[in-house]
Amino acid sequence: MDFINAIILLLNYTVLPALTYGSQLALGAIFVTLIYGILRFANFATGDMMSFGTMFAVLLTYYFQSKGISFGVLPTALLTIPFAVFMMIFYMLVIDKLVFSYYRFKKSPPVQLAMVSIGVMFVTQALVRIIIGPFDRRFFDGEKFIIKAIEFKEMTGLNEGLTIKSTQVITILITIIVVSIVFWFLNKTKTGKSMRAYSDNEDLALLSGIDPKKVVMITWMIGGLLATIGGILYGLDKSYKPFVYFNNMLPIFAAAIVGGIGNPFGAFLGGYVIAFAEILITYAYKKFLTYVLPEFLEPDSLMQLLSTDYKFAVSFSILVIVLLFRPTGIFKGRVL
Amino acid sequence: MRQYANVISAYIIMIILIILVGIFQSWTVALSILNFCLISAVMTMGANIQWGYAGLINFGVMGYTALGGLAAVLVSVAPVGEAWQAGGISIIICLFIIIGMVFSIRYVLKKIQKSKKRNYLIAAIIIFGLILLRVISGPAMEHIEAVDPAKTGFLGGLGMPILFSWIIGGFFAAGAAYIVGKVALGLRADYLAIATLLISEIIISIIKHEDWLSRGVKNVIGLKRPVPYEIDLQSSSWFINLIEKLNEGKLNLINSVSDRQDALNQLVINASSIYVKLCFAGLFTIVVIILLIITQKALYSPWGRMMRAIRDNEEAANAMGKNVVREHLLIFILGSAVVGIAGAMMVTHDGLFTPGSYRPMRYTFLIWVMVIVGGSGNNFGAILGGFVVWFLWIEAAPIALFVINFFTSHLSETNALKNHLIESIPYFRFLMMGVGLLLIMRYKPRGILPEKIIKQ
Repeated sequence: MDFINAIILLLNYTVLPALTYGSQLALGAIFVTLIYGILRFANFATGDMMSFGTMFAVLLTYYFQSKGISFGVLPTALLTIPFAVFMMIFYMLVIDKLVFSYYRFKKSPPVQLAMVSIGVMFVTQALVRIIIGPFDRRFFDGEKFIIKAIEFKEMTGLNEGLTIKSTQVITILITIIVVSIVFWFLNKTKTGKSMRAYSDNEDLALLSGIDPKKVVMITWMIGGLLATIGGILYGLDKSYKPFVYFNNMLPIFAAAIVGGIGNPFGAFLGGYVIAFAEILITYAYKKFLTYVLPEFLEPDSLMQLLSTDYKFAVSFSILVIVLLFRPTGIFKGRVL
Repeated sequence: MRQYANVISAYIIMIILIILVGIFQSWTVALSILNFCLISAVMTMGANIQWGYAGLINFGVMGYTALGGLAAVLVSVAPVGEAWQAGGISIIICLFIIIGMVFSIRYVLKKIQKSKKRNYLIAAIIIFGLILLRVISGPAMEHIEAVDPAKTGFLGGLGMPILFSWIIGGFFAAGAAYIVGKVALGLRADYLAIATLLISEIIISIIKHEDWLSRGVKNVIGLKRPVPYEIDLQSSSWFINLIEKLNEGKLNLINSVSDRQDALNQLVINASSIYVKLCFAGLFTIVVIILLIITQKALYSPWGRMMRAIRDNEEAANAMGKNVVREHLLIFILGSAVVGIAGAMMVTHDGLFTPGSYRPMRYTFLIWVMVIVGGSGNNFGAILGGFVVWFLWIEAAPIALFVINFFTSHLSETNALKNHLIESIPYFRFLMMGVGLLLIMRYKPRGILPEKIIKQ
């Protein structure tokens, strides 16, 4: 019985949150990796682009709520996804046309494009704050829990409760759907294959008649989809605050590089690697050990490897270690 | 002289702008803009040494700035005796353990050949060392943080004049840069950018959460100043006499004695804050000029030519027998040290150290905007970039207010759009920076004052 309690405890406090957070990171990391692989620059505006897409979802959610439209037990924000994604793609294509395309035609070095993306980051951040303000916003509605801790305890008679929030299930399900569609698209369709060819060898791809304009446009479209959905899921699960989204750029970069930048599947797994590492290393194992160990071995301290203050630092340290020992990432991306 | 015409005119315009702020807003605002312009100029010089001379991207400016600030605290605050008694010895022991770990790892790396056994040995040293550190430092930190947590709760510093910290801050940053450079410098440009950005976040989170060292988010306030305090000035007779003499004409117009005294008091209060700011401006200008002379000399020395050669064609420079790796590390350290000096200067100016306020937007990306806008590879350009961008950063709000009022003058006072725009004025500075950066990168990619190669 104690053993089951311990497992439930870990599920509740580490595995579920890490899966949720990892899914959110994974979506962003695939976005980073696609832009890096196909457009060939590190996009420093990632976090703010996610926040820009989420902003539309928040505003539309408020609008729908005022009109009395709702999605039953599910959050209204899910209804707004298509509109938000559309707006986001539109914004990205405009930015690409106005800013990035010039440098692409000039074949500027990736560093210059990264600098330009910092300019885009400033502009996007300003637009978000001017339009919606810098405040913390919750836009989740609908049923909050699927299983509450008390119900679970009554159901099973265990000491430990398992809380499953609906946002956690929604996040994981939507991530699975979106990621499978994106991978199917990249691996099976002709356009997806042409994108991968373009990413592998630009000149060869151009010679074989692949239209670079189309490849770039589709990349931004998929990017818009991933960024917006990732942002909305994060906002539903926690809350929407532009500054937090900007900061999330850092673990997302870490996930993309750990997974091997330029490799979408690596980025997907990298998101989970980062999330699990952050949560497992900063989790206090005292209660877990009291369940598992015999009584005379019970620990006095919290049994925490690092305090939760260092959550971000953990993912960055993993990145540094990976860069040092395996610069291509765990799952072999583009060779640096 | 003619080749410097654009440099001189650009600086004259900048100074006129600051004077205009003094006339139309107030001299305190103008001087504090000037002071921060000077600090920013030092930071941009540091970033420019790395990016302009050697083409190294360092997005860790924030981390080195914070280390400089930490140096200011550790140098100037008086030591907290009780805290040292509570846990000072354990902390020193921990320091020795870390040194011991580093040396034993170096020893293993040198003596044992590359093999699995060596890896296990190193891992064992690290894990054993960490456990030992945890066991010794854990209770010590708790004891230190328990000493009068509202006021101290940390080890304090050395109690030396804060001006020393400008040098020590440089050394702190240089030390960190040595480690970061050893780890990250082999990476390609954009990876280096990401890696340095993330490492600087690690540095910030350590400063933020190791309360025994820096008080963390509880902040350190009331740092000693290298210049007189306003209160002291207001009660010192020479200062009052000076102000009286300077404003004699104005004061003589006032007939009643009490009114005259009130007016004088007001003048003294205003003048004292201006005087303090002027003192800071003088100190900062000295630093900027010293650094400018050194960096200009370096840029046009054989060493500077070698750096440019490495930047423009690494392989060719390598083939000519230049040690690219070592020079990269050296320039990374030098640039970071300059940034560290700026960090210490900033904390000295503010008189307080707030680890929570170090954000990448303000301390990394804004500095980079300055370097790009000013002109990388040109020290005068970098300094000008610091001035222009900081000036706009502060004056963006009044400019935005003016523009909004101008374009919405036909709308009524209660118009929702107008009010919303006016409420979000603080964020227009981001817009201005972004658009400015994009325009400069598109139409003047080498900056306002581009790099000049003087043929010798």
